[in-house]
Amino acid sequence: MTDRLIVVPGEVIFQGEDYLPGEGTEKRGDEIVAVRYGLAEETKKLVKVIPLTGVYIPRRGNVVIGKIEMITSNGWVIDIGTAENAFLSIMEVPRYVNKDDMKSVFDIGEMVAAKIYSIGGRGIDLTTRLKELGKLEKGIIIEINPNKVPRVIGKEGSMISLIKDETKCRITVGQNGFIWISGSKVEDELFAKKAILYVAENSLMSGLTDEMKNWFVEEKK
Amino acid sequence: MTEFKRPDGRKVNELRKITAKVGVVPNADGSAIFGFGDTVAIAAVYGPKKMHPQHAQNPEKGTLRCTYNMLSFSVTERIRPGPSRRSQEISKITEWALQPVVMIDEYANQVVDVHINVLQANASTRCAGINAAAMALAQAGIPMKSLVSSVSIGKLDKQLVTDLIKEEEDWEEGEGPTDIPITLTGDGKISHIQLDGKISIKQLREAVKLAEGAYQQIHDAQVKALKEAASSEQEIQASSAKNVGGEEKK
Repeated sequence: MTDRLIVVPGEVIFQGEDYLPGEGTEKRGDEIVAVRYGLAEETKKLVKVIPLTGVYIPRRGNVVIGKIEMITSNGWVIDIGTAENAFLSIMEVPRYVNKDDMKSVFDIGEMVAAKIYSIGGRGIDLTTRLKELGKLEKGIIIEINPNKVPRVIGKEGSMISLIKDETKCRITVGQNGFIWISGSKVEDELFAKKAILYVAENSLMSGLTDEMKNWFVEEKK
Repeated sequence: MTEFKRPDGRKVNELRKITAKVGVVPNADGSAIFGFGDTVAIAAVYGPKKMHPQHAQNPEKGTLRCTYNMLSFSVTERIRPGPSRRSQEISKITEWALQPVVMIDEYANQVVDVHINVLQANASTRCAGINAAAMALAQAGIPMKSLVSSVSIGKLDKQLVTDLIKEEEDWEEGEGPTDIPITLTGDGKISHIQLDGKISIKQLREAVKLAEGAYQQIHDAQVKALKEAASSEQEIQASSAKNVGGEEKK
């Protein structure tokens, strides 16, 4: 199957024992059935449905951008746009934190890039103990539809590295649809924003990375 | 058997013209409009999101919450806006009709909100509402076993008919009217059936058969609308990209 097919819940995607059910699909008898509305895709016999619409569902390992909502005695509560608020423990901040002055690390209203390291029964746990994570100062934050994030990043990061190279900006893409852009000039940041919004708008086009290369050539004239 | 005459001249197993479209409420996570002829219902889905008030949270699995409402201008005689005994009942019925197909068990403490509003009413409003809700849930990316399709079967005197209109609901000849809304899931099971009137067991079986016949048509319309929404988005984007490209070259 080379073409990506639009499927609705309950639709049989494949018959027979040759395929494995992935995300958004279910095995019923010897049929692979879609349980979500989206594009069905098959790679190496694994069938999955890529959602086109809907809210952001957090997954372990996702990098997200959120806003500090509340400071507790042993960490921060962060709003990452999900039903459950996420928690960042002071243990997960790669520096010494004075418990009496947690504001100086992250204050309420500040934006933070963090990684989801576990999703348990009590909520989502975040960490900033990795490169490129932590408080987001300077720059701008834009919001796109979370379902379009994979296209902004591109295959193995091809799209986002193209945008980074062309605009000379530092960009962090949160899987929850928030994107942080920081450059030396405001013009660069706005240019990067324009490029990202263009990608999000044309997310279903095939050969999008090549299209973006042309877009940059055209825009820079 | 002599040909049974329906007030609007339809065949006994003929549905009214179906209208279906998804993505009608831009703010919602998923939305759809569904109509049987003059009966039009609009559904908007929000969530999964955190359940409020907190005491209503279910820590074991996600909750489905439906609200059915008839707009005051949906009938010629203005109906009083706000919840009524009837709308509360239909909200609950809609919830039960959809519950077997939505797979929201993993969304503990969360709720999926389905708002159904009837824009125009000419009988079968709950069926139109359930059909719209099924499409809106699918568009919102809620995992579902399958879509559901709902249709009302009526018994007018002794004759079974598909998709009642108001005039038939008020049938006065012979045994009078019996209204049987039926909702079917993808695997042919009944997720909702109501009975308002009198009917023999034998005829009830026939009524279910009739609903199964109508199911395919409704299901096809729902699937077509969902697929069109996704592919038209694709086309618009492709064509707008071309236009933008063309303008830039000038």
